[in-house]
Amino acid sequence: MAFGACLRTISREYRLNVCITSRLFSSPVKSTASTLPSDAQEQFNEELERKSVTPVDYRFTYPEFLPDPAFARRNTIREKLERMDMLKRRSQIDIPEFYVGSILAVTTSDPHSGGKPHRFLGICISRSGCGLRASFILRNVIDHQGVEVAYEMYNPTIQKIEVLRLEKRLDDELFYLRDALPEYSTFPQDMDPEIKIDGAAVPVNDIKVKLKPRPWLERWERKNLKGVQDLGLPERFYKRAEELATPWEKYDLMKQYRATIPEEEQAEIFSEVYSELHNMEIARKKLKKRKTFIKPKKSG
Amino acid sequence: MSLIFGVYARRLHTTCTCNEIQKLTRLRVVDNSEIGKQAMAEGKPPRCIHVYNKTGIGRIGDKVLVAIKGEKKKGVLVGLKQNQKPLVPKFDSNNVVLIDDSGSPLGTRIHVPIPTVLRTILKERTHVKGTDFTKILAIATKYQDSPQQSVFSYLFKI
Repeated sequence: MAFGACLRTISREYRLNVCITSRLFSSPVKSTASTLPSDAQEQFNEELERKSVTPVDYRFTYPEFLPDPAFARRNTIREKLERMDMLKRRSQIDIPEFYVGSILAVTTSDPHSGGKPHRFLGICISRSGCGLRASFILRNVIDHQGVEVAYEMYNPTIQKIEVLRLEKRLDDELFYLRDALPEYSTFPQDMDPEIKIDGAAVPVNDIKVKLKPRPWLERWERKNLKGVQDLGLPERFYKRAEELATPWEKYDLMKQYRATIPEEEQAEIFSEVYSELHNMEIARKKLKKRKTFIKPKKSG
Repeated sequence: MSLIFGVYARRLHTTCTCNEIQKLTRLRVVDNSEIGKQAMAEGKPPRCIHVYNKTGIGRIGDKVLVAIKGEKKKGVLVGLKQNQKPLVPKFDSNNVVLIDDSGSPLGTRIHVPIPTVLRTILKERTHVKGTDFTKILAIATKYQDSPQQSVFSYLFKI
């Protein structure tokens, strides 16, 4: 520490370098680990390893494994049983990683159409629920008619879930697509899946959607949307939105605590399901490698 | 002054609408019947003036009486804005297909997708000596999410 401080006083022009060196010297993990006695140090190392078993992004890739944070609805045994059921279902069909804004196609068996499976393609506009009740909504415009279908992820009548374009959008929910021009939610039913590179980060589509003129289904100017073009409203709408905004809520630690699952609990949950999920991922990759042959398309 | 504003403010509702089909709800005719096409082109979509069920709220597949171009016609609801159960499609407009008293449709074609649940619902409601709703199913070009059918309909259009 003293070394870093000394450097800082000597050469201010190399501020960047100094920052890096001081960070290296004062990294908390190293300093605490070196001062601990040998037994405690082993324990510490073990803990580190245990924590690093589950990747950090699992809470985004598999959000439905985290239970509902509402305290009145917590029941650890039910949650555990549900997780086991979810893993069992996942061993039967491949439920891929997807986000709000990804384009999916879901094939379901339909009792209403005489045993023929149905496939619906659309953009995922919301993901909700947790545990076995996790669900998502797909939206598409077919024949100039907007259609939305809600699917339960662990519904046993679902035969296949395909991700045709894996990407994120700027907002957590895309309900504003209902009020947007139809071209923003129109996707061809015979869309080809896009090839994605293994290990690459999920791209964020920063498209700005243009909304139709009012009346709308909701007051979008109050929702603090990022993926929407200028709404073109008179000044009083924005004024009112500003009045009603609650910018202090992000500092309400208690509110955040009640609305989320604590990190330690998340680690516990994911360490429970990690090995099986990871094995499934590996098996899926192997299958994909085997299926390299793509049927040539007819042209003309 | 503030009291008056307060009263006015309370008259406005700020919650989401239920999008229920009840009396005086505007509907959208989605078949190619002459009267339906004219009404939609004039910008005077029909109004529901009665729902033929016990609750008075129209659900998918329910029969309604509509006022269209100064006439009374019957229709069947084939797509709703309201939130639906999982796997049942929700549409951006309240769609209706006009029928006559015997249940056969006035038009010859439906130009939007219709939900497959209607097959079951309309078959259940059809009785041997009553109205035959299943003719509506025959004139539908596309069901909500069947890839084979959609491909064919595109072919026919071309």
